[in-house]
Amino acid sequence: MRRRVAVTINGAKHEHEVEPRLLLVQYIRELAGLTGTHVGCDTSNCGACTVEVDGHSVKSCTIFAVQADGAEITTIEGLAKGSTLHPLQQAFWDEHGLQCGFCTPGMIMAAKQLLERNPNPTEREIRVGLEGNLCRCTGYHNIVKAIRCRTQGAGRRFLTEGEVRWRFHN
Amino acid sequence: MAVSQLIGASIKRREDPELVTGSGDFVDDRSQTALAYLYVVRSTQAHARIDAIETSRAKEASGVLAIWTGKDLMSEFQSPLPVTTSFVPEKKYPNHYPIASDRVRYVGEPVAVVVASSKAAAEDAAERLDIRYQPLPPVLDIEAALKKDAPVLHDDIGSNIAYDVKRTGGDIEAAFRDADVRIKQRIIQQRLIPVAVEGRGVVADYKKFAKTLTVTSSTQIPHFVKIWLGVILGIPESNVRVIAPDVGGGFGSKIRVYPEEILVALASRRLDRPVKWTEDRNENMKATHHGRSQIWDVEIAAKRDGRLLGVRATQYLDLGGYCSQFGTFQAIALLIAQGPYKLPAFDGRGVGVYTNRTPTDAYRGAGRPEATHLIERVMDLVAQEIGMDPVEVRRKNFIAPSEQPFTNLLGLTYDSGDYRITLDKVLELVDYPKFRKEQAEARKRGKYLGIGFCTYLEICGLGPSVATTAAAGIGFWGMSVVNLHFTGKATVIIGSSPHGQGHETTFAQIVANELGLPLEDIDVVHGDTAIGPMGMDTYGSRSASVDGTAVYLSSVKVREKARKIAAHLLEAAEADIVYEDGKAFVKGTPSKAVTIQEITGAAFQPHRLPPDMEGGMEATTFFNPPNFVWPFGAHVAVVEIDGETGATRVVRYVAVDDCGTRINPMVVDGQLHGGIAQGIGQALFEEALYDETGQLRTGTLVDYMIPTAPDLPSFETAATVTPSPTNPLGVKGIGEAGTIASSVAVINAIVDALSPFGVKDVDMPATPEKIWHLMNRNGGTKR
Repeated sequence: MRRRVAVTINGAKHEHEVEPRLLLVQYIRELAGLTGTHVGCDTSNCGACTVEVDGHSVKSCTIFAVQADGAEITTIEGLAKGSTLHPLQQAFWDEHGLQCGFCTPGMIMAAKQLLERNPNPTEREIRVGLEGNLCRCTGYHNIVKAIRCRTQGAGRRFLTEGEVRWRFHN
Repeated sequence: MAVSQLIGASIKRREDPELVTGSGDFVDDRSQTALAYLYVVRSTQAHARIDAIETSRAKEASGVLAIWTGKDLMSEFQSPLPVTTSFVPEKKYPNHYPIASDRVRYVGEPVAVVVASSKAAAEDAAERLDIRYQPLPPVLDIEAALKKDAPVLHDDIGSNIAYDVKRTGGDIEAAFRDADVRIKQRIIQQRLIPVAVEGRGVVADYKKFAKTLTVTSSTQIPHFVKIWLGVILGIPESNVRVIAPDVGGGFGSKIRVYPEEILVALASRRLDRPVKWTEDRNENMKATHHGRSQIWDVEIAAKRDGRLLGVRATQYLDLGGYCSQFGTFQAIALLIAQGPYKLPAFDGRGVGVYTNRTPTDAYRGAGRPEATHLIERVMDLVAQEIGMDPVEVRRKNFIAPSEQPFTNLLGLTYDSGDYRITLDKVLELVDYPKFRKEQAEARKRGKYLGIGFCTYLEICGLGPSVATTAAAGIGFWGMSVVNLHFTGKATVIIGSSPHGQGHETTFAQIVANELGLPLEDIDVVHGDTAIGPMGMDTYGSRSASVDGTAVYLSSVKVREKARKIAAHLLEAAEADIVYEDGKAFVKGTPSKAVTIQEITGAAFQPHRLPPDMEGGMEATTFFNPPNFVWPFGAHVAVVEIDGETGATRVVRYVAVDDCGTRINPMVVDGQLHGGIAQGIGQALFEEALYDETGQLRTGTLVDYMIPTAPDLPSFETAATVTPSPTNPLGVKGIGEAGTIASSVAVINAIVDALSPFGVKDVDMPATPEKIWHLMNRNGGTKR
């Protein structure tokens, strides 16, 4: 028996008839067409599917779409304003906080909530706060740096392509 | 400022803006009309005959398009899956087809496929299949496989032994005769699961009338997959296109031609519509290959002054149920176990066996972590036995820089390196004397600190084609095309196929450096077999040194053509033309320069070219390196062990690596961080476990624990730079070095911490339980 689900994702309204067993992450990816939220496991361990549901960080593979009926959802696609990256997205780029990029959307969503709860975390608090998100590429080193850099306003360490042009061609 | 500064500049990755905003393009993100979904039904038995698969009830399920068993599909396969032929020449391997038809040999082996209009419908229908197995006794580990009366997996081979070979050098008898110290040690390289966070996925689209096949796959090797799709399914290679879009990590686990790539393509051809398959995590843990899974028996001969005389080592390698494509590659450990040391004799034996477990193949480092673990444990075992500092034992045995290029006992020639320099630097960074003081004081307070060293040497950059053909049955090379457009913008096609390594950025740096083009005018493309000549893809830390060199050489060719055209345009002799920073001018008159953009424009207008010159501004290079490259380094792990629980925490990790020229140091450090984390994972947490019936007990990320953020410290990295003489850029590989060095550095640190308890070795993963038992085995008495 199908059930009607209406949600708001990144400010846009979505309404669908869904099977009750449909997971929220499947709804987001397959029906809303927002594929930035990834599926990395089936057991709520990896955190690649992390989104915000009514302001709370949620692994969207742990709940059914029908449970999110009426909710306001934010996914990774909802963070940037036009072509301006969200400060955390910018920090991950600036600090080389990603390699393959598959865990990154969930990692950034988790980091966002972490900072909302604790705006000035220690390194240990950042690491414990990210325990639910797995990354196999970075060893977390630069992810932690990106989040610390965001909170402590540290300067960028790496060059943009534009800066390179200015430095080397002028 | 000189343009040459671009090599060595930490430039932020151009790959990232898409990936941080959720705009990446992974296989599972791709949808298209009329897409059908394939579900692979997998064996629940470790070893069994398939008596019957009853499909009629499943075929009636809603949404089902087709259900096929192995028997239904077998006639379609014109070849079994590929196996690299001759790394170990005596190797006996069975024909391995993408799906089992009469017998299964590991839990997770495909036995049927269901194609339906949705993934859920396919899974629902699969539950209605009635599969009857006749169980056979399973072979569950290496020792069981070697028993005389062991059940045999492959009847045509007649035993479970795939190969049994020797790799020796020097006089081992003399070594043991002359030794003051003889030590025996067994080392377990536990079975690991690679766990790329993105599992594998495939979309295949066969066009019936054009007879073309397009396959999008989460793979490290689109070019190899293209060849074998053609061979196995009988499609001309020119009609097959394979695309590797954004790939969510590989670590070796996406390095082979997989059964599912063939099955999904076949389903598309049979059904005349596009078909998609993505694995779930549990499937990934069972059906994507595993790594390591070895037992090493080691005997050491040394002098009491710390000089090593000889090592005997037998590597027992568990291949799993079949011989995977690069399954025997891990035996390369036997060729490089000598490491950076003057070892007078090595007596190596490699034995590969079949067991009823998931096939093993390359996992980050593949053979080099095992070789490094062996020789770096040897160093510490000798140090402990003779009461010498482990740093001193290493120094005593290092190959001297004056002996480079050094040919090792198995005939491989190291390209360069003074192995003392990374060790000196890491000792300074870690402040070794201060640590020993702290350690002694901590012990008085019942706290167990330990320090572990690893001075590794690794072989990478596959590879010199003669050597790799002899060793692996296939020659390797690097491929690039540098193609300038009419307006002077460049498209660069590379033969390697990245999955997180940042090639789009670093390879653009190489081209910009040579041609003086702005970085943003250079587009680096990859991962699509339709866009250029055959490449050799990405594995074995080969991309920078082999394909990077090919990119460099193509850039040089383009620059030389640009100089010729400039000479014609400026009515000067070519020898008088200076090319600098994207401009060409007659020596002494830089104000009258023509830019690379103007030169390229002329290249597309034949009347402006020298009369004997063809138009266009394009160069292709196939680079066959003269040798492997040999990065080295010194890693130090500092651990703290909880005396109550036996839990280990890595409190410091300091790494000094020499990978030659660093094109983009930011990217190099990132590769090291991830590699170190994976090695720490092997040392402390990870192990694939099977039960007594051959079921994988660690089939989810709840049971198989890869490191999380709080499990790890921040890493301290530093560099020395010894340019490789093997290629003009001077680069060596760095993708695997972290993993190669870190697992043994951590184990050495744990043994050091536990030395008051008389501990000489600890098996990986060094869980709190194992360590607690080591601390308490004599009622907790210390020596």
